[in-house]
Amino acid sequence: MTIAVEAREVVFSFGTTPALREASIAVEQGEILAIMGPSGSGKSTLLHCLAGILVPDAGEVWFDGERVDTMREARRSVLRRERFGFVFQFGQLVPELTVVENVALPLLLAGVRRAEALRRASGWFARLGLEGMQQRRSGELSGGQAQRVALARGLVAEPRVLFADEPTGALDSLTGEQVMDLMVGTAREQGTTVVLVTHEPRVAAYADREVIVRDGQVIAHDRIAS
Amino acid sequence: MVVRMSVPLTLLGLLDREPSHGYDLKRAYDTYFGRGKQLPFGQVYSTLSRLARDGKVMISEVGPGVGPDRKQYVITDVGATDVDQWLTQPVEPEPHLQSVLFTKVALALMLDRPAEEYLDTQRRAHLRRMRELTEIKRAGGLVDVMLADHGLYHLEADLRWIEATSARLDALRKVVRP
Ligand SMILES: Nc1ncnc2c1ncn2[C@@H]1O[C@H](COP(=O)(O)OP(=O)(O)OP(=O)(O)O)[C@@H](O)[C@H]1O
Ligand SMILES: [Mg+2]
Repeated sequence: MTIAVEAREVVFSFGTTPALREASIAVEQGEILAIMGPSGSGKSTLLHCLAGILVPDAGEVWFDGERVDTMREARRSVLRRERFGFVFQFGQLVPELTVVENVALPLLLAGVRRAEALRRASGWFARLGLEGMQQRRSGELSGGQAQRVALARGLVAEPRVLFADEPTGALDSLTGEQVMDLMVGTAREQGTTVVLVTHEPRVAAYADREVIVRDGQVIAHDRIAS
Repeated sequence: MVVRMSVPLTLLGLLDREPSHGYDLKRAYDTYFGRGKQLPFGQVYSTLSRLARDGKVMISEVGPGVGPDRKQYVITDVGATDVDQWLTQPVEPEPHLQSVLFTKVALALMLDRPAEEYLDTQRRAHLRRMRELTEIKRAGGLVDVMLADHGLYHLEADLRWIEATSARLDALRKVVRP
């Protein structure tokens, strides 16, 4: 088995508020992992540390055999742009851009030519059930539609790892399922590793395995009893 | 998944559509209600003869061939009334699984055993089953989706209880170990 991303005894505090206390987790290449746990337990903070958005106070973060936490910010930013995809709960689409431009954004940032980027972005719309909506602004979409667009944006550049924080949080259960079906289906097809934060068991059930974060620590579970 | 299914009433209900052979009833049952667990022929025929004995179906010997497959079963008025009643009555709401979970948690606390670990193990078992059901949904047709959903929503309810209980263990410990 190959580890895609890993946190080793990561410690992180917001000022004096401890968020992670020696949290450790290893996600295999191609694995879909759900991170669950009570509100405020440190799930999002762990996700941000794994994705190189936050730098831990102590401990190590690894991606593909490389230390992420000791990298210079410029390199980490390249990593985030070129190797990682992101989907969050709300407010991620750029309102000034059309929907198709939103999806194309990661490709444009990676230097893909505009026409090519828009063509590839457009290819997602049928699969999203959003055919014909390419030219709308994000404000003209329903919550579930916007979430599917955000997912397409997270996956369009075929990232090695997709980080998703409550991607179905604002959706009703059937719309949430559409988003999850699409996410899991595409990730399996592309061999994308997925780190998925959710408090919903039915969403976590799409993952290959789950871990629980409690009080800033990852409760080791997984294969032991399976 | 704990499924309590009334085979006699279901067969009776299927017969309420049209008179059928035992084989057709078994096939319809397996298609819509079996879900990986086929109804044995023996059970189909023994159930049908009990229903006949109780006056809920009649047997008409028609058709070619030999053996039980020659028999066609026809629902009687008594049988149809049974189906009618069954379909309109609510099922007893029975949260029995929760009480087993609760008993285990409370006893673990009384005996000073790791109740939290038990809840973690239970959560894992529930999530594993939910994963299986989700896989069935992803691979299956609408009937599979709807049946799997029923199981998923129930397991989810248990999991919510598990989370709530997990957050209240300290308080519960004080109650059961004064
Ligand atoms: N920007 C911030 N500034 C200060 N404290 C923060 C900040 N973000 C998070 N925290 C604190 O860090 C801890 C962990 O927060 P985190 O957002 O990781 O939790 P979470 O598990 O994702 O919760 P939720 O399920 O509610 O999203 C909490 O105590 C929280 O109050
Ligand atoms: Mg969070």
